[in-house]
Amino acid sequence: MRPAMQFVDLANRYSCDITIGTEKEHGDAKSIMHVIGLAATAGTRLDIRATGPDAEEAVEVLRAFMERQTFDEEPPKDED
Amino acid sequence: MEIKKGIAVSPGVSIGRCLILDSEDYRIPRRQIAPSQRMLEVQRARNAFADAVRELSGLEQAQEQLGGGRIKDIFAVHLRFLRDRSLRRQITDLIHEESVTAEYAVASVLRRFAARFTEVKDSYISERAADVYDIERRLLRHLLGDKREDLGRLREEVIVVARELSPTQTAGFNKAFVKGIASDAGGRTSHAAIVARSLGIPAVVALEDLTEIASGGDSVIIDGNRGLVIVNPDAETVAQYEAYSREFVALEHKLDTIREKPAETRDGVRITLLGNIEFPDEAEGVIEKGGEGIGLYRTEFLYLNRPTEPSEEEHYRAYAQTLHICQDRPVVIRTVDLGADKYTQSKRFAPEPNPFLGLRSIRFCLQNLAMFKAQLRAILRASVLGRVKVMFPLITNIQELMQAKMILHDVMEDLDEEGIAYDRRIDVGIMVETPSAALTASTLARDSDFFSIGTNDLTQYTLAVDRGNEQVSTLYSPADPAVLRLVRTVIQDAYKAQIDLSVCGEMASEPEYVMVLLGLGVRTLSLSAPLIPEVKQMIRCVTLEDCHVLTRKVLGMNSERQISNYLRNAARKVLPEAF
Repeated sequence: MRPAMQFVDLANRYSCDITIGTEKEHGDAKSIMHVIGLAATAGTRLDIRATGPDAEEAVEVLRAFMERQTFDEEPPKDED
Repeated sequence: MEIKKGIAVSPGVSIGRCLILDSEDYRIPRRQIAPSQRMLEVQRARNAFADAVRELSGLEQAQEQLGGGRIKDIFAVHLRFLRDRSLRRQITDLIHEESVTAEYAVASVLRRFAARFTEVKDSYISERAADVYDIERRLLRHLLGDKREDLGRLREEVIVVARELSPTQTAGFNKAFVKGIASDAGGRTSHAAIVARSLGIPAVVALEDLTEIASGGDSVIIDGNRGLVIVNPDAETVAQYEAYSREFVALEHKLDTIREKPAETRDGVRITLLGNIEFPDEAEGVIEKGGEGIGLYRTEFLYLNRPTEPSEEEHYRAYAQTLHICQDRPVVIRTVDLGADKYTQSKRFAPEPNPFLGLRSIRFCLQNLAMFKAQLRAILRASVLGRVKVMFPLITNIQELMQAKMILHDVMEDLDEEGIAYDRRIDVGIMVETPSAALTASTLARDSDFFSIGTNDLTQYTLAVDRGNEQVSTLYSPADPAVLRLVRTVIQDAYKAQIDLSVCGEMASEPEYVMVLLGLGVRTLSLSAPLIPEVKQMIRCVTLEDCHVLTRKVLGMNSERQISNYLRNAARKVLPEAF
């Protein structure tokens, strides 16, 4: 839960509109309900979009945050 | 204004604000509001969020001081849920678009999220649904009134409205503030009804969907005489009821004037009226209303609303207090009748598929000897303080009675050894409340000092009707010929054995049954305090001769409906103002 919380807290620092999601489903990146609902487990491909004055910085910071995160769990093992 | 008809189970009229008491899985009904009201509902939702945030921040800080890291994290997540703007927007949008109440919008939006979380395969996420439900409950508590769980801390007068009231909820009532009870479920002898009568407040049950019509804070009239509940009454109705309420109080005062007069029929037959109580301080009410002692002291309330069993000392203190109030009047203490619908420590046991036919009452005691003996010791020790009798509930056969008496003797021997005083000749009696006990009453009478007919359970077990199930509760009637025949058998067998007999079920507290009970030979009735004056008035208006004639007629009738109507009409002729 903590990474989702931190992500949302970060997103809320920016005044631009930010959405996050998969191809199927995009939603408010500042909403913890939405972010948890994405059920993004490690390895999921997520896409972040922002429009507004500080959009570029927001996307960059959030992307960096996501890449650092393993969301409290083991990254998927190579099992293919 | 909306008027609902239910079953009147406790007389009186109350007007007040309603407090919705719900269970955990309460379904919030969809209630349409006028478009002009939408802004108000949006504001209510906002306030609920603000209140919840404030509450959670406090809890979070408290945990910080306690160093409870895990719990603090949970509150931190919940706070973010509450601050989630998209969530709040979805709720306000729903109020605006569909003109629904704030509580409906909160419940439906949050439940949608919870359902979505549940579907996720990752169990870490799916388990977060529980957090969403927790948030929902917190918000609903703020919307529907804070006092939901904490009836003990009520600070304003309310009318309690519930799906169904549990004994644990009612045991926690602050009696000074509960002015009436209304429930969706229930029959004449449901728990809500019994409690309301013992508190002397009006109650109406079996209202089916009242909790869907009324919202917390609505103005409500409870008419416990006619079985009506009026939600958001108009000014004219309120005025009518205020007048009616004054009249009713006047009638009560009139009945109070007969307090000092004996419960004697017109032809001079003396009837003893005793009180049913659950708490020691109710004994005062019994005496105040003219009761001549306690015919049924239900002791299971000592067990409710607490995590552990009461100690022998706690039992003793309660009994001593009751006896102190009653002085030299008789007090019949019924040993604990736990199980079935009255359970608190139930968490320790596997739920039973059929609790009313399961491990309850004396059966439960006979399997939990340490607990049973602690109570018997307390009763015996208290027996030197007044006129105590001990009564075993739900006896179904002679072995149970002998076993219970043997345990009582064991306890007596223990007390002898310890040199503790008690009344050696204490009367030991039984509740006759199962068909098997009624049919073998002549056998049981040989080993009992007295019988008390518990008509509630006797009716339920004889007619195989769950008295709390509103779909079949109309079948539940002590006027059923089957029940009346069993009652007659028990009375006759008690007379033959020359032992005392009383009736302590709800049947004893309804004026319409007074004549038939007298006619069958009953001379002692035990009932809840507020109903004593009315029943006494009824007794004072009849002759035993009339009662015998009526009883012969009734025993010849074959249908419950015919008997009920006949009894009601007869009673109405005698005491019109009571109906």
